[in-house]
Amino acid sequence: MALAATIVVDGLIYASWLFVVALGLTLVFGVLQILNIAHGSLYAVGAYAAASAVGLFASLGFAPVFSLLAMLLAAMAVALILGPILERGLLRLFYGRGEVVLLLVTYALFLILEDAVKLIWGVNPYYVSEPYQLFGNVAIGPLFYVGYDFALVVLAILCGAAVWFGLNRTAVGKIVLAVIHNHEMSASMGVNVNRVHWMAFTFGVFLAALGGAFTAPMISVQPGISVSVIIVSFAVVIIGGLGSVEGAAIGAVTVGLARAAAVHLLPEAELFSIYLVMAAVLIFRPEGLFQRAAARKI
Amino acid sequence: MSRTAISVGAVGVIGALLAIGALLPSWLLFLVTMAASHGVVSLGILLIMRGGLVSFGQGLFFAVGGYAVALTVNRWGATDALVLVGLGGAAAGLVGAITGPLLARYSGIFFGMLSLALSMVLYGILVKSTALGGSDGFNIPRPTILGWRLEGASGDYALYALAVVVTGVAAWLCAIYTRSVRGLVTLAIQANPLRVEYLGASVRGIMALNFALAAVLGGVGGALTVLALGHIEPTFAYWTQSGEFVFVAILAGPRSVSAIFAASLVLELVRSFSNLYFPNTWQLALGVFLLAVILFLPGGIGSLGQARIWRRPTKGRDLAALRAGEAAE
Amino acid sequence: MTPVLATRGLDKAFGAVVAAAGIDIDVPAGQRVSLIGSNGAGKTTFVNMVTGYLKPDRGTIALDGENIVGLAPRMIVRRGICRSFQIPQLCVELTAMANMLVACAAAEASGLSSWRAPDDDGRRERAEGLLERFGLQRYGDRPVSELPGGVRKLLDIAMALTRKPRLLLLDEPTSGVSAEEKFPAMDRVMEAVAGEAATMVFVEHDMDIVSAYADRVIAFYAGRVIADGVPAEVLRDADVRRYVTGAAA
Repeated sequence: MALAATIVVDGLIYASWLFVVALGLTLVFGVLQILNIAHGSLYAVGAYAAASAVGLFASLGFAPVFSLLAMLLAAMAVALILGPILERGLLRLFYGRGEVVLLLVTYALFLILEDAVKLIWGVNPYYVSEPYQLFGNVAIGPLFYVGYDFALVVLAILCGAAVWFGLNRTAVGKIVLAVIHNHEMSASMGVNVNRVHWMAFTFGVFLAALGGAFTAPMISVQPGISVSVIIVSFAVVIIGGLGSVEGAAIGAVTVGLARAAAVHLLPEAELFSIYLVMAAVLIFRPEGLFQRAAARKI
Repeated sequence: MSRTAISVGAVGVIGALLAIGALLPSWLLFLVTMAASHGVVSLGILLIMRGGLVSFGQGLFFAVGGYAVALTVNRWGATDALVLVGLGGAAAGLVGAITGPLLARYSGIFFGMLSLALSMVLYGILVKSTALGGSDGFNIPRPTILGWRLEGASGDYALYALAVVVTGVAAWLCAIYTRSVRGLVTLAIQANPLRVEYLGASVRGIMALNFALAAVLGGVGGALTVLALGHIEPTFAYWTQSGEFVFVAILAGPRSVSAIFAASLVLELVRSFSNLYFPNTWQLALGVFLLAVILFLPGGIGSLGQARIWRRPTKGRDLAALRAGEAAE
Repeated sequence: MTPVLATRGLDKAFGAVVAAAGIDIDVPAGQRVSLIGSNGAGKTTFVNMVTGYLKPDRGTIALDGENIVGLAPRMIVRRGICRSFQIPQLCVELTAMANMLVACAAAEASGLSSWRAPDDDGRRERAEGLLERFGLQRYGDRPVSELPGGVRKLLDIAMALTRKPRLLLLDEPTSGVSAEEKFPAMDRVMEAVAGEAATMVFVEHDMDIVSAYADRVIAFYAGRVIADGVPAEVLRDADVRRYVTGAAA
């Protein structure tokens, strides 16, 4: 029983940051029809930027509680700088060339960002320890958890709720949904598709960077973190169905629980557990759990 | 171009490379050996690309072939290079025959990401398995060919010749394959898979075979590489390695089999210069170059000077014209 | 004599929309049948069910007496039902000839002969012959992307004929073809179909084409057959005038 509780708690914590990152991936796909392989790199950039920002705040003499603000600002800065540049300056040049070409373009971007990160931050790991102790420890039964981990779950719920509310209850969100459902029609109805594109992409970058920034205290920030993140978040959106917010949530929880179960029951299978779930979903429901069956017309 | 012409061309190119090899300085000899060993992997990506898909995980088969050879050498003491190259191809082909039918269900981005994920799973396993040397990998001794031990300068040349001949023969077979019924239908799948199904062909079946053939080529490339390097490590399966294979295939373009070698050699040359002058920005340079190729040379090297002929054939037979674009031999 | 195509009790619904309800149709060999009906009447659904793209909720479809429900489209093609498309489905980067060769070769793309060259085994002669029959031989060397819409339409039909089908289904063969080209194009199609001894079912909106080329007309409305007979009778039918030709005119 205690083991089951541990698995659930660990799974939810892992699912929380993963959901934030995967949400960005799935939104960008929904609006721009691009599966951004460089999404994992943007996560890494967010983590590095957060490490720098937290360090800067500490050296300026701010109290540790402000490190949360530093991480948030770092993610926003990454999004506002990289989002418009990458979408307007790069991706736009390749629209209409087919999804495989765009996949290659984001792959090239992945290669570039990987080295750019090393050039800016070097190859030695960063540790961001200040925020991790902010929320103290939490006891669940006989086990102690770091409070920060639960703060992440709250953050994920906030992000999910904000995106859901923004999409379904605001005028801007309705426009974005219209673009997701039908590009040509929304363009012909006067929607400024260009603006929706760069804004959606920038928001996607923000979610990736936010995920990176807030996981930075839990990990050692070092080269190579991006590739595992893109693969796992891809698994999440595949399980949920590309382009679906609810799907990303279900996918993240599924992957989180599968991984936590594997870690506690069969540690060697940690990596496989995620792919096993993904493979099962792809075999039995290739379009993902939440994708509407697309009507095909010959 | 008829099959005979292709065959004559292939023999000519292989013969010329063998002759040139005798004159090359040892550093360049090694470079071309690597270019040929890696180029054969990109040849496989090209087979898949003609069907409209890109594999970001050919490192999987490259590593399977490489480790199969390295383990056979160290555990069972087999040393004959020809046997080992065949073994590497067979091992990777077996993995490809299993994963192929599964991956053939998916198109576009799904296929690309699943191939990447599979290769990273293998990487994860290799790094953790101490029996296989973990992240450091392990060394193997120089192989033999027909009982002759490959050592010193003549050994280097023999490994060069092996890589050139094996890759040349593979390219020759690929050139013929792309001009077969299957090759033409693969092109049609890229353009319109729905129609191909309605003409009575199995899109999945054809693509699954293309994946399996690409896997064999990946394994052969891994085998050649490990024999020439004398060393293997998990980075054979890492995504950056797969990225280089994709890069070479894109640079060469889907229409020409022989352009693969030029592209592979360009990559090796640029790499050795970057290693000297920009050791930390190799991926960055590769990424920028890849973007430039996609933007400015969408058909790759193979399309240089060919595009017009391909689109507006001057002579009668259209398939010959279609081939004219492919025939940079 | 067993009809080439026989359907019994075909039902198909998409949610609340009934696309087919109790469709019983027999098509004897050699007949030219036209399917008419307003948009959404169930004509294309019928074609899609016969070609295996959609699976009927209930009912059977028999080709020469053998049930084909549940077979994949490519298996149905191999048994002898080929189709053309309302929007031509071509490989636009390849030449017209290459498209024809793909059509001739596709069903053989497994087994040993698939390793041979596309224009071997009489395929080139077959492709050239069909292009000539459709009057398209001079377009053979041109990429499809450069061809006008009417030519693409005929090429699409020519590709469907390469396998000498028992039954040829044409989805709106004259849509997108200009008014003055419609009759010459249909003349070509009828001649070629007769040359291949195929039975033909075509979906058509132009009633002049229907009366000129069909031996028999089947009118659809709301997923049901409301009239079935020789063109003159069916086009005079009160229901057909109300639900089909009235709306189409």
